[in-house]
Amino acid sequence: MALIELRGVRKVYEVGTELVRALDGVDLDVERGDYLAIMGSSGSGKSTLMNLLGCLDTPSEGSYHLNGNAVEKMSDEELAGIRNKEIGFVFQTFNLLARTTALQNVELPLVYGGTGRAERHQRAADALARVGLADRAKHMPNELSGGQRQRVAIARALVNDPSILLADEPTGNLDSSTSEDIMALFDQLHRGGNTVVLVTHEPDIAAHASRRVTLRDGKVVSDVRNGR
Amino acid sequence: MVLEENLRVAFTALRANKLRSGLTALGIIIGVAAVIAVVSIVQGMQFMITGQLQNVGATFIQVVPQQEFGGPGMVQKQVRLTWDDGQAIAQHVRNVAMITPQIFGQTEVKYRDRQHKPFLLGVNNDWPDVNKFNVDRGRFFSRLDLDRRAKVAVVGLSVIDELKIPEPIGAEIYAGNTAFTIIGVMEKKGRSLGLDYDDLIFVPFDTALGIFGRRAADQVQLQIQAANSESVDQVKDDIKTLLRERHHIGPDDTDDFRVLVQDEILKFYSQLLLVVTGVVGGIVGIALLVAGIGIMNIMLVSVTERTKEIGIRKSVGAKKRDILVQFLIEAITLALVGGIVGTALGYAVGAVTVKMLPGDLPAAHVPVWAVVLAFGFCTLVGVVFGIYPASKAARLDPIEALRYE
Repeated sequence: MALIELRGVRKVYEVGTELVRALDGVDLDVERGDYLAIMGSSGSGKSTLMNLLGCLDTPSEGSYHLNGNAVEKMSDEELAGIRNKEIGFVFQTFNLLARTTALQNVELPLVYGGTGRAERHQRAADALARVGLADRAKHMPNELSGGQRQRVAIARALVNDPSILLADEPTGNLDSSTSEDIMALFDQLHRGGNTVVLVTHEPDIAAHASRRVTLRDGKVVSDVRNGR
Repeated sequence: MVLEENLRVAFTALRANKLRSGLTALGIIIGVAAVIAVVSIVQGMQFMITGQLQNVGATFIQVVPQQEFGGPGMVQKQVRLTWDDGQAIAQHVRNVAMITPQIFGQTEVKYRDRQHKPFLLGVNNDWPDVNKFNVDRGRFFSRLDLDRRAKVAVVGLSVIDELKIPEPIGAEIYAGNTAFTIIGVMEKKGRSLGLDYDDLIFVPFDTALGIFGRRAADQVQLQIQAANSESVDQVKDDIKTLLRERHHIGPDDTDDFRVLVQDEILKFYSQLLLVVTGVVGGIVGIALLVAGIGIMNIMLVSVTERTKEIGIRKSVGAKKRDILVQFLIEAITLALVGGIVGTALGYAVGAVTVKMLPGDLPAAHVPVWAVVLAFGFCTLVGVVFGIYPASKAARLDPIEALRYE
């Protein structure tokens, strides 16, 4: 069984009196170790797909199995648990907590996972070392550059050894050379065995992935392997 | 989730908005300070009253005339309580060990060129034993002094100080145009309830009547020591029966006197203090209610401001309960910090007030229950007024929250 299995997934929103079909029958399999880019223009439904994959939302119709668990049947509590253990989010705007050190930011998923203090420190420090920020542990986010902030966010995503790394426009707020560094880090994580799902509208970012899925009007219109 | 993380987050958030947190906590601080200050003063008084009454003992009984206030147009009954009543009690009531009349009033006293206005008490020779308040030097007047209507006086230490009497025993002082020879000095007693027990001058009862006039003879207080504590109720009942008979009070009429035993005197003061505490408690309750609304208001602002943070926490796996507890702890922390500061402030205010008020009030005393109650109440305020903002935070949709800027 694939790591991610979407079958006939629909997501319908009510906006005013109108029904918006953000996702309109999506089937998608993601294998363990895949490096996937989800592409599409704005309004194509890629953000909605990302929220579903990240268990922030549940489908209106269809099924979503993550690691064999039927997500669409889960309660809010269970979804929170899945987000904690199985998903590592990386956002365009980094989404670090202000007035909280890099180390404490990275510790956050472990705090909610109930990991003890000593182990939490150790694992968070290890995760920061993996993204090359071992010496920035005590810094506050506002004392770090954009690239460094995104590395802290990636360390936070990695710290609980999730099944998938889910990155939503991870380089959208970074200059091009920093973007390359961050993408190099994703490449490296992928080579290390992590499953990475990128959501982006930039082709050169998507080019890092080994597989590209393109959405239009809530439907998958192409699914190609890069062959590199 | 771990309590420690919640506390850290709460303190970080409160520190980040020092002024706002301070102003919000101020409501609680004032409320709690008020309750602690009042309770500390009231409790101090209660301590002292209890201590004083225990001093005179459980066998102490006091009979006082009770004026009855009729409505307008009604004839005021002439209330009398005389030493004849007292002597009748001594003769007819069993288990009366000692009895003394007492009349008193502020009287100008002169020694050479100095003047002073202490309380002058007209009593008999049993007064020191009845009140457990004795002479230190010289002697109290005797049966013989009373019978001879001797012009002798026993004075307190403050009187000697005020009049600057170098050698009190044998000195001659004037009270109400009568010359008295001092035969004794009372032991030091100190002040309580605004009355200086060292600023008293005692003269034989009949002699005092000469100073206060015959009308004073109708308004005598009787102080009694019962033979033992088991007989107090019997003595009290017998006095009532005897006095009703002597005063010709009909079966349906109320007493024109009151017999106070220690328990009742205690109860009277306790009730008085309870009423004071209750009234202040009510006001403080309203203050805390207002403070609580302040906390709720600030917490609602805080939740809105930190929507993004809530989204981030939810995205990494925070459950509804985690967010609820986080904001609840923040509200409780706010209220409790206010409570702690308020308790300290209240105690300080109580202590300073006691020092500054005229008369000698007892030292402020903060009972443990008041502190526990104050903290408990603050926690309750935090929970009650924090629960709505906290549940609002907990219910936020993570996607919406993450999108919030």
